[in-house]
Amino acid sequence: MKSLSVSKAVTALMLAGLVLLPLYSSLSGNIFIMTLFTRIVILALAAASLNLIMGFGGMMSFGHAAYLGIGGYAVGMLAQEGVGSGFIQFPVALAASAIYALVIGALSLRTRGVYFIMITLAFAQMAYYVASGLARYGGDDGLTVYKRSDFSGLINLSDRTQFYYLCLACLFGVIFLIWRIVNSRFGLVVQGLRSNEQRMQAIGFPAKRYQLVCFVISGTMCGLAGALLANNTDFVSPAVMYWTRSGDLMVMVILGGMGTLFGPIMGAVVFLLLEEFLSQITEYWALIMGPLLLLIVLFGRGGIMGMLGRAGRG
Amino acid sequence: MAEPLLRVEKLVRRFGGIVATDNVSLDVAAGELHAIIGPNGAGKTTLISQLTGHLEPHSGSVSLAGRDITYLPAYRRCALGLARSFQITSLLLDFTAADNVALAAQAHAGTSFRFFANARKEKGLRDAAHAALDRVGLGHRADVVVNRLSHGERRELELAVALASKPKLLLLDEPMAGLGVTESQRMVKLLQELRKEVSIVLVEHDMPAVFALADRISVLVYGRVIASGDPAAIRANEEVKRAYLGDQHVVTHHG
Repeated sequence: MKSLSVSKAVTALMLAGLVLLPLYSSLSGNIFIMTLFTRIVILALAAASLNLIMGFGGMMSFGHAAYLGIGGYAVGMLAQEGVGSGFIQFPVALAASAIYALVIGALSLRTRGVYFIMITLAFAQMAYYVASGLARYGGDDGLTVYKRSDFSGLINLSDRTQFYYLCLACLFGVIFLIWRIVNSRFGLVVQGLRSNEQRMQAIGFPAKRYQLVCFVISGTMCGLAGALLANNTDFVSPAVMYWTRSGDLMVMVILGGMGTLFGPIMGAVVFLLLEEFLSQITEYWALIMGPLLLLIVLFGRGGIMGMLGRAGRG
Repeated sequence: MAEPLLRVEKLVRRFGGIVATDNVSLDVAAGELHAIIGPNGAGKTTLISQLTGHLEPHSGSVSLAGRDITYLPAYRRCALGLARSFQITSLLLDFTAADNVALAAQAHAGTSFRFFANARKEKGLRDAAHAALDRVGLGHRADVVVNRLSHGERRELELAVALASKPKLLLLDEPMAGLGVTESQRMVKLLQELRKEVSIVLVEHDMPAVFALADRISVLVYGRVIASGDPAAIRANEEVKRAYLGDQHVVTHHG
């Protein structure tokens, strides 16, 4: 039980830190930290959505960044065409992500293992090149979002603190949903399929339709992250869908602890803070980051969450 | 005789030039325990795989309670009342024993597209799981993760999982495989109890167990059924003795 309390304590500290961050920022006058952490919270949301299929569902999607782009472009393109209402932009972003996930999932889930990784990667790269070809929406150069989503007075996305809390509420909401899902009937089936698909078929579960629904839920959640990200940067470009971004999301999940509820948040915080501070020290920050991640993955089985659990036991 | 529960007609399955299942026909009546025996390589597993839906036959048919299931996928057959255990234990290793059984019950109790309520708190599923675990003598191990169960316990858990789907017909693929003497005896006793409730097709190498349990035995050699009948008839059959030359004493001395 003690092992539980260590990782619980660290998780609680981290969540409290995230909630109180704007207070610290306004007291210290450090505005930059708000910008940084808004990004962290949004990417934590994306990582949490990936964790649902990768950690709980055993589906190693290597194309999750595609949803960041789809959600982002839904906001950017609608804004460009004069539709500024968030009440339209956000549902469209979610619906577009869901439809993309449904099509990609239906095709990709015919394969398993390495082939599944490769085919999800291939589709995401396709999305990347499609976005690069959208001349009307900036093509390669990307698309500037001149006005953030308008929620007609309900919440002002241009207000730094309000926007941060919106992102944080979305993150907590998604974590809550994932918590309910993984303990539900549906969630147990999906985790059972990760564990032993043959057995699950033999007791009467058709594997694919459960995995596909899970894939769509995950993609839709990540589309939300994409819509928030476009608002955060006031910009969306094909680069957000590039395969290295999908890789970053995977690293966050593995780093924090696959198949744990709060691992992806932990992973996103550690990964992006490391990236930020190392890049301030040296131009060659990736040289330090790479080996560091390798060490954690090699020796810290179960990621940071796993290590905290063992630290408590030891 | 009434409609048999399981009817296999002229089933053929080839692998390249080898005919692994060669025109096999057999019937299993409701309430019967039908054993399938045969030397290694006789095609027992190939036959079972076609009954469970993991392998498609090239010709012939399989029907369950009068319904043609020859080409139905495994999960549909399970819904129709066909449950199986695996020769090599196949369980959800990172789930508890109770979770393994509860999932089997869940598959037969309404839709699993429920996303919000905690499935582990569904009393109906938990009760069904515990009943099935008690049935095989694993009640006290319900909350143990399968990884930590012994081989013998896992074999029993396989049976509990199969029972939880309330099957009409149980296909048991070598349930004694790898069991010690006392464990085997427990398993035979358990099967003797279960056969009162459910029809069973038993594929097994353990001859004493087969002759103790079976109502009828079909002998498979090179993919063909060379004999089918009650244990006494099979024991007396000359062709069977020849096929089982090395095991002849086993066939004649036990049972």
